[in-house]
Amino acid sequence: MNFLQPIGSVILHFLETVGRLIRFSVSAFSHTVRPPFYPRIIIRQMVDIGFYSLPVVGLTGVFAGMVLALQSYTGFARFSAEGAIANVVVLSITRELGPVLAGLMVAGRIGASLAAEIGTMRVTEQIDALTTLSTNPMKFLVAPRIIAGLITFPFLVLVADVIGVFGGYIVAVYKLGFNPSNYLQNTWDFLQAEDVNSGLVKAAVFGVIVTLMGCYHGYNSRGGAQGVGMATTNAVVSASIMILCFDYILTEMFFAGI
Amino acid sequence: MTNVNPKISLRGVKKAFGPKVVLDGIDLDVGVGESVVIIGGSGTGKSVMLKCILGLLHADQGSITVDGTEVVGANAQVQEQVNSKFGMLFQGAALFDSLPVWENVSFGLLAQKRVDRDEAKELAVAKLAQVGMGADVAELSPAELSGGMQKRVALARAIASDPEIIFFDEPTTGLDPIMADVINDLIVKITREVGATALSITHDMTSARKIANRIAMLYEGKIIWAGPTEDIDQSGNEYVDQFIYGKADGPIKMAVRA
Ligand SMILES: Nc1ncnc2c1ncn2[C@@H]1O[C@H](COP(=O)(O)OP(=O)(O)OP(=O)(O)O)[C@@H](O)[C@H]1O
Ligand SMILES: [Mg+2]
Repeated sequence: MNFLQPIGSVILHFLETVGRLIRFSVSAFSHTVRPPFYPRIIIRQMVDIGFYSLPVVGLTGVFAGMVLALQSYTGFARFSAEGAIANVVVLSITRELGPVLAGLMVAGRIGASLAAEIGTMRVTEQIDALTTLSTNPMKFLVAPRIIAGLITFPFLVLVADVIGVFGGYIVAVYKLGFNPSNYLQNTWDFLQAEDVNSGLVKAAVFGVIVTLMGCYHGYNSRGGAQGVGMATTNAVVSASIMILCFDYILTEMFFAGI
Repeated sequence: MTNVNPKISLRGVKKAFGPKVVLDGIDLDVGVGESVVIIGGSGTGKSVMLKCILGLLHADQGSITVDGTEVVGANAQVQEQVNSKFGMLFQGAALFDSLPVWENVSFGLLAQKRVDRDEAKELAVAKLAQVGMGADVAELSPAELSGGMQKRVALARAIASDPEIIFFDEPTTGLDPIMADVINDLIVKITREVGATALSITHDMTSARKIANRIAMLYEGKIIWAGPTEDIDQSGNEYVDQFIYGKADGPIKMAVRA
């Protein structure tokens, strides 16, 4: 029965990690709602997470929209249903591709940099130093970043939505020869507040996931530069997987009745 | 142990990392206004001991009281309140590299909202002058300083809020002999004139003799000798003798092979 032992220890280790993550999250969330708040840090993080991610998010959006128009054209032409392209583009972008692709791209950018920054602070004892200077590191480091992620992600996704639809428009009009005003009219007709809203809610959840995973892995990193490197990788990988997983769960919740 | 009510008192403190026992029953008292220096070989657990008192590491067993308040197993609130009495100089400086030097120095004061930002800067410049640094470094980032300069900034940060108790983890390491003496004088001044209680770690016996009222030696997880500074040359303890004269021959065996 010896082969059961490694399986057991893997499961135990997994449960332990989940438990630690949950405890960290609860503590982090409780600090986001209790004073003191650090508005200066929140604003700086919003600029870092939001403003500087705009190029990445914009490029992701435009190419996603373009390729979507192109692909659906090839597919729908077989059924002579080319007219549905505007519909497909706006629906897929606002519901799925906007939040998920933007979330994944920003997870790479922000998850990594948060984990590296906080991880370095951990291994150089800066987090310990905070504690000795009457500052709770969860409140000072983690809470502002989570708040910033929660607020800025929906805006980023809104930008990705607009640019993504615009990308689809460019391909449809300039490459596939659609009538511009018809295409826009179609897009507008198919656009539903519910689709956009569900995407924005997803974005807010992804914003929390990305910042939380970055902070968690950085905060718990051990053992010098190598430990920080590992924390960075783990932050990006875990945030990406959780984004895809929560994307499914949230979609199920929003559109279960349909 | 001349004091009836010691400022800090350790009884039977144990700390192990996995199988590795670092502290194995530490008993130590530090009286009000006293300056105690801990000596001991590299890796014997001196820094770990300070971190246990600050609650940055959790002692496995034993009792640590600060002004009569138990900190082993204390909740976050109690620990926070106790920690507000402390200033700590970390062995590796642990400066916040996202902040300029002056904000590092006055970080604790700003955190406790005892001063506004203008006052904080003035105060930081004054504290920097005490550790022999000009006003011109105030605007620099810690990364632009040499190791010894970082150490002195960290020292200024540790004393900036005029704490009741100050821990110095190797205050003179990495400084030239003249600057080391300036720092020694500063520590003496802070303890004798301001009346702060100090617990320092050093390998530098000149510094230890100058700043200590009492010296304690840590070896294999225990305090093997403690006594007034004047008595250190007649300790009658061969471990202490070997250490203070820095001889390779003696009861302390270094794990090296020629
Ligand atoms: N976080 C930790 N995890 C595991 N082991 C640790 C940790 N911190 C310290 N140790 C171990 O505890 C022992 C004591 O470390 P400590 O830093 O207290 O030494 P020290 O007496 O301050 O030495 P030095 O004079 O070189 O600074 C070391 O052997 C170290 O390997
Ligand atoms: Mg040390």
